[in-house]
Amino acid sequence: MNQVGFPLLSLITWLPLVGGLFILFMRGEPEVVARNARWGALWTSLLVFALSLLLLVRFDFSTSRFQFVEDVHWLSAFGVDYRMGVDGISVLFVLLSTFLTPICVLSSWEAVKENVREYMLAFLILETMMVGAFSALDFVVFYVFFEGVLIPMFLIIGVWGGPRRIYSAFKFFLYTLAGSVLMLLALVALWYYAGTTDLTKLIGMPIPTRLQYWLFLAFLASFAVKVPMWPVHTWLPDAHVEAPTAGSVILAGVLLKMGGYGFLRFSLPMLPQASLYFAPLMFALSVVAIVYTSLVALAQTDMKKLIAYSSVAHMGVVTIGIFVANANGINGALYQMLSHGIVSAALFLCVGVVYDRLHTREIARYGGLAARMPIYAVVFMVFSLASVGLPGTSGFIGELLVIIGALRINFWLALFGATGMILGAAYMLYLYRRVIFGPLTRAELRAMLDLSPREIAVFAPLVALTLWMGVYPATFTHYFQSSVDGLLRQREAALAPASHLAAAHLTATDPATPASVIEASFVGSEGGRQ
Amino acid sequence: MGAWAVFLPLLGSFVAGVFGKPIGDRGARLFTILCMVLATCAAETELYRVLSLHQEISYPLARWFALDSFAVDWKLRFDTLSAVMVGMVTFVSTFIHIYSVGYMAHEPKRVARFFSYLSLFTFAMLMLVTADNLVQLFFGWEGVGLASYLLIGYWYEKPSACAAAIKAFVVNRIGDLFFAVGIALLFYVFGSVSFGDIFAHVADHAGDRFTLFGAPHHALEIVALLLFIGATGKSAQLGLHVWLPDAMEGPTPVSALIHAATMVTAGVFLMARMSPLLSVTPVTLTIITVVGGATALFAATVGCVQNDIKRVIAYSTCSQLGYMFVAAGVDVYQASIFHLITHAFFKALLFLGAGSVIHAVSDEQDIRRMGGLWRKIPFTYAVMWVGSLALAGIFPFAGFYSKDAIIEAAYAHGGFSGMWGYVCGVAAAFLTAFYSWRLLFLVFHGPSRVDPKVAPHVHESPLVMTAPLGVLAVGAVIAGFMLREDFLGLPTFWAGSIVNGEAGRAALEGMERLPGLISYLPTIVALAGIALAYFMYQVAPTVPAALARAFPPVYRFLLNKWYFDELYDFLFVRPAMGLARLLWQVGDMTIIDGVPNGLASLVDDSSSQVSRLQTGSVAIYAFSMLIGLVLLVTLYLFLR
Repeated sequence: MNQVGFPLLSLITWLPLVGGLFILFMRGEPEVVARNARWGALWTSLLVFALSLLLLVRFDFSTSRFQFVEDVHWLSAFGVDYRMGVDGISVLFVLLSTFLTPICVLSSWEAVKENVREYMLAFLILETMMVGAFSALDFVVFYVFFEGVLIPMFLIIGVWGGPRRIYSAFKFFLYTLAGSVLMLLALVALWYYAGTTDLTKLIGMPIPTRLQYWLFLAFLASFAVKVPMWPVHTWLPDAHVEAPTAGSVILAGVLLKMGGYGFLRFSLPMLPQASLYFAPLMFALSVVAIVYTSLVALAQTDMKKLIAYSSVAHMGVVTIGIFVANANGINGALYQMLSHGIVSAALFLCVGVVYDRLHTREIARYGGLAARMPIYAVVFMVFSLASVGLPGTSGFIGELLVIIGALRINFWLALFGATGMILGAAYMLYLYRRVIFGPLTRAELRAMLDLSPREIAVFAPLVALTLWMGVYPATFTHYFQSSVDGLLRQREAALAPASHLAAAHLTATDPATPASVIEASFVGSEGGRQ
Repeated sequence: MGAWAVFLPLLGSFVAGVFGKPIGDRGARLFTILCMVLATCAAETELYRVLSLHQEISYPLARWFALDSFAVDWKLRFDTLSAVMVGMVTFVSTFIHIYSVGYMAHEPKRVARFFSYLSLFTFAMLMLVTADNLVQLFFGWEGVGLASYLLIGYWYEKPSACAAAIKAFVVNRIGDLFFAVGIALLFYVFGSVSFGDIFAHVADHAGDRFTLFGAPHHALEIVALLLFIGATGKSAQLGLHVWLPDAMEGPTPVSALIHAATMVTAGVFLMARMSPLLSVTPVTLTIITVVGGATALFAATVGCVQNDIKRVIAYSTCSQLGYMFVAAGVDVYQASIFHLITHAFFKALLFLGAGSVIHAVSDEQDIRRMGGLWRKIPFTYAVMWVGSLALAGIFPFAGFYSKDAIIEAAYAHGGFSGMWGYVCGVAAAFLTAFYSWRLLFLVFHGPSRVDPKVAPHVHESPLVMTAPLGVLAVGAVIAGFMLREDFLGLPTFWAGSIVNGEAGRAALEGMERLPGLISYLPTIVALAGIALAYFMYQVAPTVPAALARAFPPVYRFLLNKWYFDELYDFLFVRPAMGLARLLWQVGDMTIIDGVPNGLASLVDDSSSQVSRLQTGSVAIYAFSMLIGLVLLVTLYLFLR
């Protein structure tokens, strides 16, 4: 069957749902139900996290193939089966999901007071959907999970959100759904063409270039909204602002990564010609996203909106890394996604801490917190710096790798893609200054308490992980190394026959970047360093 | 031994930062200082070892990351260049830690945090200089930037301090952006970021081309230029210098350690570190000299009219860094490192002396409200003289040897860049002497202009502050002639850690055979500068005001620091903020959101129209279904 001998991935996927059902059928006093729901959700998510650690322990680093594979007949007549499995690219995202869920549960411990049972249920369903999406090996199964994520998230924003929650929830839902409908069309087209939805078969299957273009655009519609890429990013700030803290954490930490994961899992390996053809478009959108949203972040007066915009900018770096399609770029993109998953989640938690105390996200209402909340100030500083990409924190490595990868394509892509270094420092430190530094004048701020033990328990693993990922990334890069190599080899093989043509095409369609042409003298040195 | 020198400060920082509360201020102070003293011992031992072995010693620590071809190690590299830097940094830092005990004694809040930051800075600086590869160097580079940010903003309740801290970090980041891209390009060319690999293959890649702006250029020139832009940020060279004067918002020991002796010289160090590469990039070298010379002159002109004691010294630092870049630009990196080391002593001395003055007059920094202090704080007065003499380059003080070496090297190098460096250097030497003695006369001589309420309290600083001043003063006197032979004479001293190109070697030799007037000129103009300051501030004290009245545009231009801040505010800061609001409110909220919101209201409108069709009459429904069926069948038949 697979290397653990039992369907581990399915267990990780469905266990939260089982736990959720338990919670759903709890009866009794509202107080008691709420308490039991909290503990039930916490224990379920912790158990799931513990199980998912088994994935890391038993993972085989040497292969780029899918592992822990499960294959159950489902709709075999249509070539659709229930297939699960992870490779180096997806395994860490599964871990990210199972790692952040208990943190979300813990962070909403006191913040959520109404409908606690349903709230916890929503998060457990969400976990099932996230893990399922990252470990599905069948396109239909993936699609079901990918779309399934929308429902609990829609409810979390719409029910437990802020004052404008209905508008935001619908905006979130409609944007993502509009993209997904196109992906569904692409899915049907792909099934019609290939007769199967098995990802392992689809990857590497030659698809006519023209069809690839259409499929790519359809995928783009879906994944670009998820990432989100400019100009379909505006749902994100609204959704973040209205979502409860834990909702923002999952949204920024995991949901955005589904877009990047989708590009890596579908667009790049299945549609090699198209992803080469459309790469300049992706670069342009990414660079615009980085500069544009970083500037917009600078002008924000709402803490959550600022961090939401910074997410768009950081994900712009990711999309550059993916579509430069070389080892440095993709490794960097993956690392940046993981890092952003931790850091942006932590930043939203940081906002949640002060929001729980003062019930406002207005930056101007804060100031001088360092005097009253020293531990909070340190924690917030660590994540701000990680967001800025300071070496020694997780944010640096992905960014540097993407710059290196981008430079192989084009100098200006690298330079403008890295402008987040400056603008990011500006908006994060400006935010930090307005919230943490300055004189402490307001009476209500004087009364604020520093982090509670529960909050420290939430932040400690995140701080540790941020620094660990910055100082010793090998622990994590180990996992995706061979899979990325495998992906690139497969892509190279797919492009090889058409490479001559495609290269000519690329330069012809890319008049804005003649600088990318590298002189012949480099070829010698390139060979020498392998 | 070397690893101890680097990591003991980190330990000190960690303990003081995390356990600052339980061990108290006293414990934190003692522990960080103890760590620094031990680190200094380790560093000097290591320096001795490296010098006696004549080769580098490295300490591999761990692999940082390795992804495909891109591998970076945590590894400490002690060659002569880095060992000298480590020796200087730990030494100066130790005494600044000690000095801070006295300087920060009157703080109302606990100061464990301050000592933690100081030690953190020292650690990052040591990582920077001992790095074995560019990425690790960048780690230290950003680390010192962070420590600088934290220390400038140490008094976080002061809005000006917060603003200065952010400005310092963000302006530095502009340079860092180019630095990072430079690292990427360098990796692209060499396939490695480790110094050993890069330096071994410089010759192989000397002919490589990289296309930029539609034309092929020397790849190494572009790399060198990008690294230099990075260096201008950290070392406050013209263009990216605007953060340094504002950084004086931090406590004075910070200004001495970070913004005079060590961090701001990181760019100069980078140039020396990359000397094997820079020495084959003549175009970039010329640019370095031009920028360095211009900075030396520009900053000196501004220094002449500033009234804040720390800002005068800050501009002086900026100007001296310009000298160091001139030396790097004429390919004589030895001279720039020589000046870096002597400068560390006398500029730290001047800053700490200024701190002692500020301490004495109860935190007054405006030199117009000082005067006649020499009787009250004679020791500080004496060391300020020593520092100023060294800064102005008067024989036999440290600056005489190192600054003259730079000016002579520029002349010996010749050509446009050499002459530019020489002329700027000599002119700046005149101004340097002038503003230094202007400061001395205004602060220590003449009638007292001290606030009458403060005047009775003016007192000499405690021993814990004066002792470091004494030690640094000794350094400012002897460092020049002690180090001259080694630094500029024997090639075996550097043991290959600094490489000169042909031009540089020629300049090094030519320095010995310059015509007399050329090498005496800097000293002559310095004496002239002192004389002028004496005339203007002692003999005829009305002259400066009269001059300012006579040439108001010139005076205002200098007083406002050539309007760089205003210019940048006009060119970058305001447009960026304006654009930010525009993109947000018009771009996002009106245009991008306009489409879905418009669609939504469109759907809303049309659905309310459509709902009118739903009359509830079964007959109408049946009829419309029939029409639909007919349409479908027709379509099917057409398209069959």
